[in-house]
Amino acid sequence: MEHQVDTTSFAMWLFLVTEIMFFGGLFCSYLIFRNWYYPAFVAASHQLSIKEGTANTAVLIVSSFTMPMGVWCAETRRKGALVLCLCLTFVLGLVFLGIKYDEYHEKYEKHHVPSWHYSTKAFTDPASDPEVHKAYPDDKPLPLDMARHTEVYFGLYFAMTGMHALHMIIGISILGFMIFRARAGAYTNGHVTFVNNFGLYWHFVDIVWIFLYPLLYLISRHA
Amino acid sequence: MSTDTVVRLPDQSTARIPKVNFITKENGLLSWLLTGDHKRIATLYLISITFFFAIGGALAGLIRLELLTPQSDLMSTDTYNKVFSMHGIIMVFLFLVPSIPATLGNFLMPLMIGAKDLALPKINLLSWYLYVIAGFMILYSMMTGGVDTGWTFTVPLSTHYVNTNVITTGLAIFVAGFSSVFTGLNFIVTIHKMRAPGMTWFRLPLFVWSNYAASILMVLGTPVLAITLVLVILERAFGIGVFDPAKGGDPILFQHLFWFYSHPAVYIMILPGMGVISEVISTFSRKRVFGYTAVAFSSVAIAVFAFFVWEHHMFIMGVSNYSTLVFSLLTMLVAVPSAIKIFNWSFTLYKGSITFETPMLYSFGFMGLFTIGGLTGVFLASTGTDIHLTETYFIVAHFHFVMVGGMLMAFLSGIHFWWPKWTGRMYPEKISQLAALITFIGFNLTFFPQFILGMLGMPRRYAAYPPEFQVLNVFSTAGATILGIGYLLPILYLTWSLKYGEIAGDNPWQATGLEWQIQSPPLTENFPEIPIVDYEAYDYEWLERKEKEVTRVG
Repeated sequence: MEHQVDTTSFAMWLFLVTEIMFFGGLFCSYLIFRNWYYPAFVAASHQLSIKEGTANTAVLIVSSFTMPMGVWCAETRRKGALVLCLCLTFVLGLVFLGIKYDEYHEKYEKHHVPSWHYSTKAFTDPASDPEVHKAYPDDKPLPLDMARHTEVYFGLYFAMTGMHALHMIIGISILGFMIFRARAGAYTNGHVTFVNNFGLYWHFVDIVWIFLYPLLYLISRHA
Repeated sequence: MSTDTVVRLPDQSTARIPKVNFITKENGLLSWLLTGDHKRIATLYLISITFFFAIGGALAGLIRLELLTPQSDLMSTDTYNKVFSMHGIIMVFLFLVPSIPATLGNFLMPLMIGAKDLALPKINLLSWYLYVIAGFMILYSMMTGGVDTGWTFTVPLSTHYVNTNVITTGLAIFVAGFSSVFTGLNFIVTIHKMRAPGMTWFRLPLFVWSNYAASILMVLGTPVLAITLVLVILERAFGIGVFDPAKGGDPILFQHLFWFYSHPAVYIMILPGMGVISEVISTFSRKRVFGYTAVAFSSVAIAVFAFFVWEHHMFIMGVSNYSTLVFSLLTMLVAVPSAIKIFNWSFTLYKGSITFETPMLYSFGFMGLFTIGGLTGVFLASTGTDIHLTETYFIVAHFHFVMVGGMLMAFLSGIHFWWPKWTGRMYPEKISQLAALITFIGFNLTFFPQFILGMLGMPRRYAAYPPEFQVLNVFSTAGATILGIGYLLPILYLTWSLKYGEIAGDNPWQATGLEWQIQSPPLTENFPEIPIVDYEAYDYEWLERKEKEVTRVG
């Protein structure tokens, strides 16, 4: 039994290594283009809402607390508390996706979705975007070719946060399945491996966001 | 030179296939489609892989037919582009990458380490389903127009210029990639965690070491291909700009990301084949593999070095000269572990008692043809010569020598070697030796002229060519016909042998290894009791002593 637990744990860690390689390609592309087009990346990152990004970060960090709490509940055979923790994690996951949807919607309305009537006006003429201009009054207008490179930033923004959101959706679906099974007592009878390994997956999705947040939102913010 | 044979079959008048085995244990379609038994999954894979190999082979036949004449007269150039692209995609992703790991690896891995099954049987089944789904997606893509970008999906051609099924095919390969990742993951976990008592790392058969190294590559490299395909799809569908120069993107980024997987991919393809060769050569020389540790470590070394050489596919793409210098050197280094293996196999043969059963014939073919293919790789690793030879038929010949002359021969060697264990029956020896010979002759006639064509300057992926190249092309097509017969014969006689082959018994080759100590075909649970291993790999003296023991009553 211990051998089986050991084996499936090893398998989950190995799977997470493949996920690191998977996201790695995106991070690599991001690093190259940020290196080449730094001014475009700075200007484009100012278009993102720091409030919503920080809120999302807080939501995921809290969910990375409720999830291991759930694991502890499973290990100590507290069925009711386990279901509560899983539900909290589930809800926090949905909150994250809700905030993300709001951000995506805003990008769509401001014509910052690549190739979908993309507009560089906010970057060639910062005054045309009063909200962002107020928050970042020192932003200079970009020359047209650098302004066009902001489309690559948003392309990577959508690719990276989209891939992350897809992993969140998969995680939330599995959570739903787990809540259903937990209520039937499947994880409070000594078989905690599934919850444990899912916890690893959930932490991984959280860590990816913790890298995405400063890279996408905090480019020009320094102490 | 001995003309004897090592084959020892039980008395055919009284021998029977064991009544209870993994094939007869349960009946019904669902018992196969929902199985967790690694041997059944391996069988499912074998059937599906053969099916896709036949399609890829038919496409190759079309290519060679078109190239009989200098004009593009059998099909339009656009159609020709689709034919060679689909040939490459099917052969690489649906045949070569899964071939040995998914069939022989799945079947043998638990047997060789003394386990009841792989660590994650359900994931194993999922792997097969992902493979089949990917296969159907590729067939769908083919029937609705195919892709014409070549198997390498070069951007911006694939993202901005062609009007073919890039997205469908990209998604299909994405799915196939995960099939590969899960197989590799399963192998790594199984080898780490499920070896029988006494089976230490350095008592493992070298087939296990090779598949372990290939699994590392599968697990680390394939996700990068997956994300590259995602980016191509996003670029094509949504214009995100990462590969579009007009928006500031860079097509070379695609090249780097694509080849970061696709170079390790070629080692994923060849390493399991090398594992088979180790097993077959030692059995048919009646000698332990020379330099076991060197061969084991060289497998891992190939896996590690594989990640350091990808830019040698990009020497002419405008990368910096300094970087080509570095990658050229690293590529020379990666050849060293492969050469170590060839030397070790040669020393295994030296003073061995060599016999020439079919698996051994294919292995000899491997050693010669892989060596030629590998040596021609040195011309390509050296930047100066690569500039003239790349994107010509020299490259086509190079990779067909290592992949077909190497890997496919190793696959056939392994299938013949373990066929008795898998099915309980022997294949017909004489016709199979003939088929091996036909394959060897056909292969050389097909691909050796292509080296010359490439050197003379015929570009690859062209339907039409200057008329002075026709003679060599005709030789190549003639060889392809012979090669086709050579591949058709095993499909026919192996199927025949399922009903009419001689009964093999447990160990027709008198080979070492745990898989030969159990019945043929094996029981579902593999071993009646967990074996305890207290002898080294390829210990032929141990085998002799064991033969003299009484192990069966009645």
